[in-house]
Amino acid sequence: MLTLQFIPYKEINNLTTSGKIKKILDLVKENKIVLVEGKLRSNEEAALIERTMENVSRSFKGIELCTIKAEEDYGLISKFKAGMVSLLVGNRQGFTIIGPAAIIKEIRKDPTKVQLFTVDKIKKRRR
Amino acid sequence: MMIIRIGDFIKRVLNNIFKQKKNIKLGLYGPVNSGKTSLANRICVDWIGEEMGIVSSIPHETREIKIKEKVEIKSKKGKSVSFNLVDTPGIATRIDYEDFLKHRMSVKEAKKRAKEATKGVIEAIKWLDNMDCVLVVLDSTKNPYSQVNLTILGNLQARNIPVLVIGNKVDLKKSNLKAIEDAFPQYDVIGVSALNGNNIEEFYESLFKVIR
Repeated sequence: MLTLQFIPYKEINNLTTSGKIKKILDLVKENKIVLVEGKLRSNEEAALIERTMENVSRSFKGIELCTIKAEEDYGLISKFKAGMVSLLVGNRQGFTIIGPAAIIKEIRKDPTKVQLFTVDKIKKRRR
Repeated sequence: MMIIRIGDFIKRVLNNIFKQKKNIKLGLYGPVNSGKTSLANRICVDWIGEEMGIVSSIPHETREIKIKEKVEIKSKKGKSVSFNLVDTPGIATRIDYEDFLKHRMSVKEAKKRAKEATKGVIEAIKWLDNMDCVLVVLDSTKNPYSQVNLTILGNLQARNIPVLVIGNKVDLKKSNLKAIEDAFPQYDVIGVSALNGNNIEEFYESLFKVIR
């Protein structure tokens, strides 16, 4: 059974970077796939990878991560509008999927779809 | 007025001297097995006549930061630029020692490699703050929309570090440089084969522009 845990924006909005990462990693280490409303900032993504590496052990092999956001427009006006919206209501655009590497083999993303490939446990046990 | 102009002139001259003396750090970043060390070796062999590191098909061969100091390259127009080349471990979000067992390693060796690899990823991320300029090396036979690629580029952008995206392994049949160009339209992308030297002259010209 796969568990998908949703974290709404308001639940992590006021947390520090390390607070956000702890919340996410605690759930992932319980073998849950976490769906976060909004996109993590790039420094938070890097910190998440760092903290994941610190936690890698025999039972925790790491994570698979994917952020999805609305199609980007690199025009100045669009960037300004998006910045203003983020300032007013926070960066709720898009979402972030984080899953344990023990369950998610790969998250394949292209501009139009996201595919989650799970680990074939039977095959793994046979080896 | 004249004194102000002389003052500005002296300031500019001093700034230029300071800039030239500064050791530019050129980092090689990218996912695991994208060919960062192969490209580092290509640059080092071409310009200083010696290799930088060991290349292997086993993931996480580079597990610590390696620096080759004072690498000087010359443009076709005869201008030169010197930098310290920093080869970094591949960034990964997962490391499983069992993956190394497929490469005929003992359990002990595999666990040791996995532990060193996790430290290498942490070290590579920490070093982002030290870079003046970065070559993001991607495997052009792979899907460019991986989160590791996006995270690396996002962090470089946030730090205002100049970037040149390299689509490596263009000599391979499955190579798709256009996919990288489509994925990252805001960056200059150049295709090379670090191993065979395809398009390497154009790469040096692009590198020269990014460093300057």
